[in-house]
Formats: sequence, structure tokens, C-alpha cells
Amino acid sequence: MTRIACLLSLLAFVLAGLAGAQTAPPKDSRRSGYDFMGASTQAMQKDDTLNPGMLWVKEGEVLWNQPAGASGKACASCHASAQSSMRGVAARYPAFDTTLGRPLALSQRINQCRQQHQQAAPLRAESQELLSLESFVALQSRGLPMAPPDDARLAPFRQRGEQLFTQRIGQLNLSCAQCHDGLAGGRLASSVIPQAHPTGYPVYRLEWQAMGSLQRRLRGCMSGVRAEPFAYGAQELVELELYLNARAKGMPLESPGVRP
Amino acid sequence: MARTLINAPTTAKRGDVIEIRATIGHPMETGFRPGEDGKTLPRNIIQRFSCKYDGETVFSAELFSAVSANPYIAFHTVATDSGTLVLSWEGDNGFAQSESISLTVTA
Repeated sequence: MTRIACLLSLLAFVLAGLAGAQTAPPKDSRRSGYDFMGASTQAMQKDDTLNPGMLWVKEGEVLWNQPAGASGKACASCHASAQSSMRGVAARYPAFDTTLGRPLALSQRINQCRQQHQQAAPLRAESQELLSLESFVALQSRGLPMAPPDDARLAPFRQRGEQLFTQRIGQLNLSCAQCHDGLAGGRLASSVIPQAHPTGYPVYRLEWQAMGSLQRRLRGCMSGVRAEPFAYGAQELVELELYLNARAKGMPLESPGVRP
Repeated sequence: MARTLINAPTTAKRGDVIEIRATIGHPMETGFRPGEDGKTLPRNIIQRFSCKYDGETVFSAELFSAVSANPYIAFHTVATDSGTLVLSWEGDNGFAQSESISLTVTA
């Protein structure tokens, strides 16, 4: 008899607990890739004197002040101090470019500035210089919430990005969503599958032993499912970036991130 | 000039054990990897790191192909007198770089 009473009280306790969970305010279940990493990799990202990404940031600061191209202008000639002029910029890119009529990623915007205003040759995608400038600009938004622009002209591009995210591709016939929405937190071999929030880009990836852009990461996943990756700067990659940023809206920017 | 990240205290009490942490930007190309053309990429690594405290070597290390790119080295030394710590890296293709840190030691 006492055992039944005991079980009943336990049941009542569990039910009360469930009811309590239902009435609690909905919590943000989104987690940055940072939360999925080991303690040592987290420590590496947190400390600027340990974070190898800061090597690129330092290089970027030098390039920011260095004149380039026929105009003899440096980034700093127009934008002055990046600390104030570039604050929040990385949090809102990709943004719509009115003259081109399509969205541009941050690295493409930097190259556009180089060509139009500095009259210099564009920097090669994934080159050390471009990644350095991009990470220096991104650092100025560290800690700010991701703020994808509320621009109606971006909507169709973002929609196409979402469609690409859910589209099965490659010989393995997998979509991004199947792993990063459906199986996030699980494991692919020994690696934890994160939720694919691009909060730390450009990141220093231990596997690459170098800094890399979000486009490089996306291309890596594409060849992972045995699909033909889109070329750097391809419209599709920018559309995916747009969708991912909208998905991570409000999460704090961490650049330069460190990822395993 | 390669870029470096150095973290070391600027002041210490005499007899204190201080930690110095240094990262240098370097590809540490192993000499075993094939390049895009299929030919082996020539080795390009840092071979030796040393730290001289007022001219006296307090720490040194030999580095090999298995060390990752952008090597990070952390070590300890005892603060004896105010002076300069010179960190130097030497490697293939005549690579040589030095960075100095000044340390003020109080009694």
C-alpha cells in the first residue's frame, strides 16, 4: 500500500514538473558552434593572445591603413577609424547593392570598394589579404547581435537560400537541413554536428590551420556530401549566407571564432 | 615580417615565476605534402625557437614537421632582474625573426 502511495506521489511530482516546463517562457534553443566545442578550443577563442585569428586581424589593421591602387588611398582615407566606422557592419552583411541589383557578401563589398574607390585590383577570394581585411572589419562588430537587414529586396534571395538549405544535393543525397536542423548535437564520426549559425566567421579552423570564410566552410560541406561546390563568390553561396544570417538573427557575433 | 602574438607580464616581483606565451604566423609546410601540380611542396618550417633574458638563454625548443602551422609556445621563467626578453624564431629559407619584451622587476 505504501509503495502505491509512494508511486502515486512520484507520478504527481513528475506531472507537476511537466506542467511547470510547459508554462515556462520559451527559451532560445539556438546555440552557437562555440557551445559545442571542447573547453580548450573555447579558451583559445576567448583569449585574444591565444586566438590565432588575431594574427589575421593584426594584418588586416595594417592593410586598412596602407594605401592601395592608382588612387593612392587606404581604407582609412575614407572610412577613418574602423573602430567607429565599421562597428556593426559585419553583423548586417550580406546587404543589397543597388547598382548591381543583388546582395553582396562582406568580402565582395571590400573588393568592390578596392576596385571603385581605390582603383586597385580585386583581392583573390580566400587570399590572406582579403581574409585579413574581412576579419579586421568583423572584429569591430564582436559582441553585437547579428542584424540581417530588413530589406524587402533581399527577400527573394533569402528565400532561394532557404530552398538551397533544404535541397538534397550530391551523391550522398543530403541537404544542409537534414544534419544541421534535424541532427544538430549528434555526431558525424567523432565530430559534433553544430546548428550551423555563422556567428564566428571568418573563423580560424584548427583543421585548416588557417583562417577561412563562411563560403569556404559551405564549400567544404558540399564536397563532403559529394556535390560539386559552387565557386567562390557564386550567387548561391551569398544566398545561403543570407538565409543563415537570418536564421542566426540576434545571436552575438564572435569573430574571429576558433572552430575544431 | 611574420605576425606574432605575445602575452607576457610587463612587471613582476623578484623571484616570481612568469609565463610567456607566443604565437607566430608561419605555414610550417611539412615537406611531405603534394602540391596542386602533384609535386612535393618543399619543406618550410621553423626549426628553432629561443628566449634570451638579458643575453642568457632561459628557454629554447626545436620544432619539426609535425608541429602545426602558426605554432604556439608557452613557457615559464623566473623574474630575476629588470631587462629585456628576446624571443627568436629561426627556420628554413633563412627565416629569422626576433621580438623583444621589456620586463620591470620590483623587489
